[in-house]
Amino acid sequence: MSYVFSIEPIIENWDALAFGALMTLALTGIGAVVGVATGIVGAVSRAWKIKVLHPVFTVYVETIRNTPFLVQLYFIFFGLPAAGVKLNGWEASFLAMALNLGAYSTEIIRAGIQAVPGGLIEAAQSLAMSRYQIFRHVILRPALKNVWPALCSQIIIVMLGSAVCSQVAAQELTYSASLIQSQTFRAFEIYAFSTLIYLGLAIMVRRCLHEFGRRVIVGRRS
Amino acid sequence: MTTLKTLSRPLCSLLIMAVMIVAGATMASADVLSSVKKAGVINIAVPQDFPPFGSVGPDLKPIGYDIDMAGLIAEKLGVKLKLVPVSSTNRIPYLSTGKVDLVISSLGKNPERAKVIDFSDPYAPYFNGVFGPKDLSVAKAEDLAGKTVSATRGSIEDLELTKIAPESTVLKRFEDNSATISAYLSGQVDLVATGNVVAASVNEKNPEKMLATKFIIKKSPCYVGVAKEEPALMAAVNTIIADAKADGTLGAICEKWLRNPLPADL
Repeated sequence: MSYVFSIEPIIENWDALAFGALMTLALTGIGAVVGVATGIVGAVSRAWKIKVLHPVFTVYVETIRNTPFLVQLYFIFFGLPAAGVKLNGWEASFLAMALNLGAYSTEIIRAGIQAVPGGLIEAAQSLAMSRYQIFRHVILRPALKNVWPALCSQIIIVMLGSAVCSQVAAQELTYSASLIQSQTFRAFEIYAFSTLIYLGLAIMVRRCLHEFGRRVIVGRRS
Repeated sequence: MTTLKTLSRPLCSLLIMAVMIVAGATMASADVLSSVKKAGVINIAVPQDFPPFGSVGPDLKPIGYDIDMAGLIAEKLGVKLKLVPVSSTNRIPYLSTGKVDLVISSLGKNPERAKVIDFSDPYAPYFNGVFGPKDLSVAKAEDLAGKTVSATRGSIEDLELTKIAPESTVLKRFEDNSATISAYLSGQVDLVATGNVVAASVNEKNPEKMLATKFIIKKSPCYVGVAKEEPALMAAVNTIIADAKADGTLGAICEKWLRNPLPADL
C-alpha cells in the first residue's frame, strides 16, 4: 500500500470543520435542553397517569422510540411542507433532535421517578412539606440523580446521531466533512479527522454533563 | 508447458474472433447509404434502459426520444426501420462492426469515441442546469443571489455552482438526486440544479410543479453515431436533422420527451 497521507485538505478547510463542530454542539445543546425538559413533563405524566397527558405521551414515546431517527427527520423536512409546515434544515434538525431525546428521556426519567420509594413521599407529607416541595426535593432531584448517567449517555447518542442531519442539508460536522470530501476526494483524511473531532466532542460533552450533574443535581450536601 | 497449452486455446479462439470481426467491419464499409436504400431497411441502435431517450412502453414496444429520432430518419430516407436495442457499453462496437447502420443512443461526443466513429450534428439537448418554476425570473448565475438552490453533493452542478453562484446564494447539498429533487418539490428550496433528463422525468410525474430550464451550467448534447468514412450517410443524416430543426419536428419530439423546448443554440 502506497497511500500518501495529505493533511492539507484539513488545514485548508479547518474553518468549515470548526463551524460544523460548533453547529453539532449547538444542535446537541438545544436538543438536550428541550429534550430533557420534555422528558421531565412526559415522565411525570406517565408515572402519575395524568389525564389527557398520559395517553398523549404514551403515543409520542412509542412512535419516536420505534421509528428510525432518519425517517423522523425526513418526515419533518420533506413531509410536513405538504401539510403547510415548512421548516428549513436547521429547524427540522433541532425539532427532530429534541423530539427524539424527549421520548427517550421520558422513559429514563420515568424509571427514576418510579424508583422513589413511597415511604419517602409519605415521610415528606408527614413533615408538612407542600406538594411542590415534595415534587422538587423528594421526587425529582433524587430521581434525576439516579438516572443522570443514563441520561448523559442518551444525550451523547443523540449528539452522534446528529450526523444524519447532514441529509437535510443542515451544515453540521458530517455535512462539512462530506462536502470537503466531495471537493478534495481525500476521504481517508477527512473522515479520520472528523472521527477524532466527534470523539473529542463526545468526551468533552460527557465531562461537562457529569460536572453539571455533580454540582446542580446531586448538590453539595449529598 | 501445460499452462501455455491451456492458455493458448482460448487465445487462438480469441484471435480467430478478432479476425472475423475485422473482416466483418471491412465488409460493412461499402457505402452504407446505398446498401440501406437497396435493402429498404435501416438498422438503428437505440437504448432500451434509459428513459426518456429509450425505454420499453406498456405494450412492450420501445419508446423514447431516440426511437422517435430513429423513426424520423427512416421515414425521411424512405426505408423501413429496424430497431436494435443496445446497452451503453456495446453501442459503439455495434456500429464499428457494422451490425447497425446508425447509433441513436443518447451518445455524447468525446475524443476517444471520435477516434472510432463519426458524429452527426447534435439532435438532442443533454445538459446540467438550474431548473425552477416557470414564473421565477432567473436567467444566469448572477440571478441566483439570495435564492436557495438544491444540488447533489459532489455533482458537476454542485462543483460549478460553488464557483459561479453569487455569495448570497444558499446552496443546499443533498446526498442523492431524489433528495435534491424532493427538497424542491416540498418547497424547501427555490430552484434545483440537476440534469435535464432528471428534470424531464420529474415533470412527467409531477405536472403540477413543472421544472422549467433557467440556465445551462454545462452541456454535452447527443449526436447520431455514424461509422467512419461514410460521407453520404453522414450528409443525409445531417440534412434530416437540419430540416427537422427548421420545420419544428425536432422541437415537438423534444417537448414530448424532455418537457422543455429545444434550446435555440443546439
